[in-house]
Amino acid sequence: MRGVSKVFSNGTLALKDMTLDVERGEFLSLLGPSGCGKSTALRIIAGLGSASSGTIDWPSSTINSRGLPQGDIGFVFQEPTLMPWETVFGNVYLPLRLTGVSKAEARPRIMEMLASVGLADFADNYPRELSGGMKMRVSIARALVTKPKLLLMDEPFAALDEITRQKLNDDVLRLWKQSGVTVIFVTHSVFESVYLSNRIVVMKARPGQVYADLPLANSGERTTEYRTSEEYRAATHEVSTALHNAIHAGGGTH
Amino acid sequence: MSTIEQTSPGRSDEAGTDSAVAIVVPRTSSTEKILRILVPVAMLVIGIVAWHFTVVINNIPKYILPTPVDVVMSLWNDWPTLLPALLVTLRITFTALILALVGGVAMAILLVQSKWIELALFPYAVILQVTPVIAIAPLLLIYVPDTQAVLLIIAFLVAFFPILSNMVAGLKSVDHNLLNLYDLYGASRWQTLIYLKLPASLPYFMAGLRIAGGLALIAAVVAEFAAGTAGQGSGLAFRLLESQYRLNIPRLFAALILLTGTGIAIFGLTSFIAWLSLHRWHESALRREN
Repeated sequence: MRGVSKVFSNGTLALKDMTLDVERGEFLSLLGPSGCGKSTALRIIAGLGSASSGTIDWPSSTINSRGLPQGDIGFVFQEPTLMPWETVFGNVYLPLRLTGVSKAEARPRIMEMLASVGLADFADNYPRELSGGMKMRVSIARALVTKPKLLLMDEPFAALDEITRQKLNDDVLRLWKQSGVTVIFVTHSVFESVYLSNRIVVMKARPGQVYADLPLANSGERTTEYRTSEEYRAATHEVSTALHNAIHAGGGTH
Repeated sequence: MSTIEQTSPGRSDEAGTDSAVAIVVPRTSSTEKILRILVPVAMLVIGIVAWHFTVVINNIPKYILPTPVDVVMSLWNDWPTLLPALLVTLRITFTALILALVGGVAMAILLVQSKWIELALFPYAVILQVTPVIAIAPLLLIYVPDTQAVLLIIAFLVAFFPILSNMVAGLKSVDHNLLNLYDLYGASRWQTLIYLKLPASLPYFMAGLRIAGGLALIAAVVAEFAAGTAGQGSGLAFRLLESQYRLNIPRLFAALILLTGTGIAIFGLTSFIAWLSLHRWHESALRREN
């Protein structure tokens, strides 16, 4: 994913001349106060809303009719967004089903994916029988089952409790390392972004713009110890300060 | 077909999963189960017994209020006249219902395809819906030579709208994020309709079906009152009127019981279909557990 850049602005000026290059294999967090357009940016990358000006360049060779690289994007929404009438298996099967993969052909891939999020035993359960965290994992499995090159996550764990959230953070990190997928993760939690990413883009509101771009040096093993390390504390401090300034910069123009 | 080995519950622990949670099925005690059936049945029996003795003690003549025994006798004796009438009413009701289902769903799908189609057809939908359909019966009798066809048209129109409006509501109330997801994966209109919109509107469809089922029967009876039939092709409504003219009140009650029974059967059938299709996932068909 080299050289994804876009420049755009729209009527309400949710985003103004935002430019961002995302490197292949990066775990990038978009961090910012609410209303800074981070979700909007993510949706535009996913092709769910078009930019009023500016372009998105993909290095991928196969571009579909809507200007998106075919089958290369996975999206995890704020809510699990599962189909309640389908089983866990059926929900994860969806992206493959839409591209015409037969159920028999898809089964090994789906079961493998479910196993990697720890839900192999729940393939035949309906979403209503699962806890919030498990539903979210189904959603992640669905996003990854097509083996996308880019995974977009829009505040996926905002509604979950702290313990479930940490567990899922570890899961996401593990899946990221295993698959080498590029992740763009939208969050408003400093701690979450520092824990997960190797690059944090802080955005400011009114108009939505990139305020600071902070690479995090450590890309080593992140375990529970990392949460209490001095390195983590320092990085958190740095990002917090940037976010604080971004909020003030945003408010100043108001 | 699949090379994946069966995973044992213990194995999933390594992936950091919640271990399989036992889902406790709520159980009703057997006494409550019996009471659930016994209480309504007892109330019904008490009502019938009270009816019987009121008639007997007050010496009410049969042509004003027959006893339940008279009604059952009439049901038995008049069966040869009542059965063909019942079949006619049933045929009209179910034909109308099936046509309304097909037409209502097809129309709803057409309406939600584009807001222009919806706007264009909106006046007609409103006019047809607010006009008491039975009021067009005299007109239909002029245009359509066959009385049976008139009854069918009226019953169809009455059953059509609950299905149409419920289906439109259902098709429009699909989770926007799921629609986004389908967009993201480049789903065609057809795929979105079959895999997403139709299943998502199933609860609405079922609500419409239950209303339409009851209304189709009502319409079949009322239309026959209005249009009037006679002879071989007459339904239960005609037998009701005929019994009234002849002061054959036991037979009138027998015909009423057949209509009630049909109504109950339709309600039971539509409820069962709704339960069958929704009980796995939809809240409306689930027992509350708390």
